[in-house]
Amino acid sequence: MSSGLDYFRQNRLPHIWCPGCGHGTVTGALTRTLAKLGIDKNNVVVVSGIGCSSRASGYLDFDTLHTAHGRAIAFATGIKLSRPELKVIVMTGDGDCTAIGGNHFIHAARRNVDITTIVMNNNNYGMTSGQYSPMTPTGMLGTTAPYGNVERPFDLANLAIASGATFVARGTSYHVQLLGEMIEKALLNPGFSVVEAVVGCPTYYGRKNKIGGAVELFNWQKDHAVNVKAAAAMAPEKLEGKFLIGELYNKAAPEFTAEYARLVEGVRRKFDDFQGGVRGCAQNSD
Amino acid sequence: MPEAKLMQGNEACTLGALTAGLSFFAGYPITPSTEIAELCSEELPKVGGKFIQMEDEIGSIAAIIGASLTGRKAMTATSGPGFSLMQELMGYAAISEVPIVVIDVQRVGPSTGMPTSLAQGDVMQARWGTHGDHPVVVLAPGNVRECFDLTIKAFNIAEEYRVPVVVLSDETIGHMREKVVLPELKSLTIVDRKAPAAPAGYLPYKADQDGGVPLMAPFGKGYRWHVTGLSHDETGFPTNKGDVAGALIQRLMRKVEKAEPLLRDYATESADDCDVLVLAFGSSAMSATSAVRQARAAGVKAGLFRPKTIWPFPEEPLRELASRVKRIIVPEMNLGQLVYEVERVVAGKAPVEKLSKVNCELFRPEEILASIMGGSK
Repeated sequence: MSSGLDYFRQNRLPHIWCPGCGHGTVTGALTRTLAKLGIDKNNVVVVSGIGCSSRASGYLDFDTLHTAHGRAIAFATGIKLSRPELKVIVMTGDGDCTAIGGNHFIHAARRNVDITTIVMNNNNYGMTSGQYSPMTPTGMLGTTAPYGNVERPFDLANLAIASGATFVARGTSYHVQLLGEMIEKALLNPGFSVVEAVVGCPTYYGRKNKIGGAVELFNWQKDHAVNVKAAAAMAPEKLEGKFLIGELYNKAAPEFTAEYARLVEGVRRKFDDFQGGVRGCAQNSD
Repeated sequence: MPEAKLMQGNEACTLGALTAGLSFFAGYPITPSTEIAELCSEELPKVGGKFIQMEDEIGSIAAIIGASLTGRKAMTATSGPGFSLMQELMGYAAISEVPIVVIDVQRVGPSTGMPTSLAQGDVMQARWGTHGDHPVVVLAPGNVRECFDLTIKAFNIAEEYRVPVVVLSDETIGHMREKVVLPELKSLTIVDRKAPAAPAGYLPYKADQDGGVPLMAPFGKGYRWHVTGLSHDETGFPTNKGDVAGALIQRLMRKVEKAEPLLRDYATESADDCDVLVLAFGSSAMSATSAVRQARAAGVKAGLFRPKTIWPFPEEPLRELASRVKRIIVPEMNLGQLVYEVERVVAGKAPVEKLSKVNCELFRPEEILASIMGGSK
């Protein structure tokens, strides 16, 4: 059996992430899950955008595509529609996915295209040194929110569910076991799957907001995350200021590339006496 | 004998693309290019190809780059506002060397401008729209048949040199219907990108530094390579070394520079002995052709130079003609874009006159004729 490390380009390590950053933990959870599922490396494409989290693609031993800011899901949509047999995974961050990439995110969810999207949410733009993002809680500090963030954040899971994603979960870099389980379910769901991984950014978010370093950020995750199953039995006031982790949504729906393949099959049957290509032009195929 | 058909420019672009091997189209509706998307949505499923209407033009070009990486010939079509949105990823395709074709059916700008009216204002955007030095090839059809021919050529160039190629059409060329006789399929050359033989030892960006083109492996075939918009070395991984990043840009630019004599495509009429040379492309060239013929009929030695490859500009043949003519007139449907490239190339060998028009109506031949007959304004 392969180990998680087999899925890394070991000659590209060590990674560039800061000590205490959660991105490596999330990437490790992904590779261990892929190893557990025995997924063939040659059949996986990892697509990422721009930002700290999006550097993950370079360390992984697949066909990997480090794209432009916000566009990972759109590139991934092209790959998946072109070659539905490939397992397509997007690794992105809160800024990349929900600000500049928000449009692609909701439309991929709407189409229910079979892509697993792992959003590493560190509540700020780490790569550019700690500006507030669409997922920075109101009142928290960022280098462009020196007096506190006046905006309201997205609830990524609710956004994904409302947009049509068919599997939605949340984990943290503290609850690594659960995170792996959620990634596993996401990978197995034939549709658009979203796993939000809450991670600490000790260099900027933690320091700027005086939460502390890596240890304090892990403790913060431990103290504020409530498993959705436990939450069901808790009084609402007990859940104030907390966030839910675990499987938040799981409901099957027609998957885009499979539906398109069905459409193509129907059209081709209808035109199966079709010779010499399109309107007198050359015939093309895959 | 192939039969003659009545065909629209946008339709001819689509048929050219399908003939070249198009099997993936992503696009977003925009006038006056939409017929291309509509026809692709109808025809691609019949041949096992894929069509997707994306959420915007940025998503469209992203999706075709992704599809091209899996080994497909992929295209999008748009007009000015959408072409502006695509510019960042034009640069991505250039630096990551992913072959794509973008058809820009120009309309009046800036901004929303006049969606159903004619302009040729994207000449410079097509060349320099994305940031940084980058290679790009731009082809401008001057009639419906050329929409077919140059779209095939666009795919061939994209595949051969791994560059984004723009087909710079315009509202008149795109929407005009003409009688067209398409060529015999066997007479056409179709180019496919060169792929490595096996994954062992594959260096995805290893190529002759003097404008070499690296071999391109399709995703999903065991090569497990990395693609990035960051400056990278021959392994494909990012580099912070300035000299390596600089050498990459030099090689990317050199690919097109070196190939220019092969990419070069232009037409002339009565140019060999002319005193007044009219240089025009796209729909303006139709009026210019008529004007040149009328001038000749009136005894004035006028000639036409019509570039089909706009970028890289066909410098050598123009420079040669320029040394023999008395004047060069450049009519274009903008306030002066290609004329500045002509001035640079001609370099004072002959006076270059700008003939601009931005009232959304195709040049009337008399307007160009008046300029030919009237001398310098």
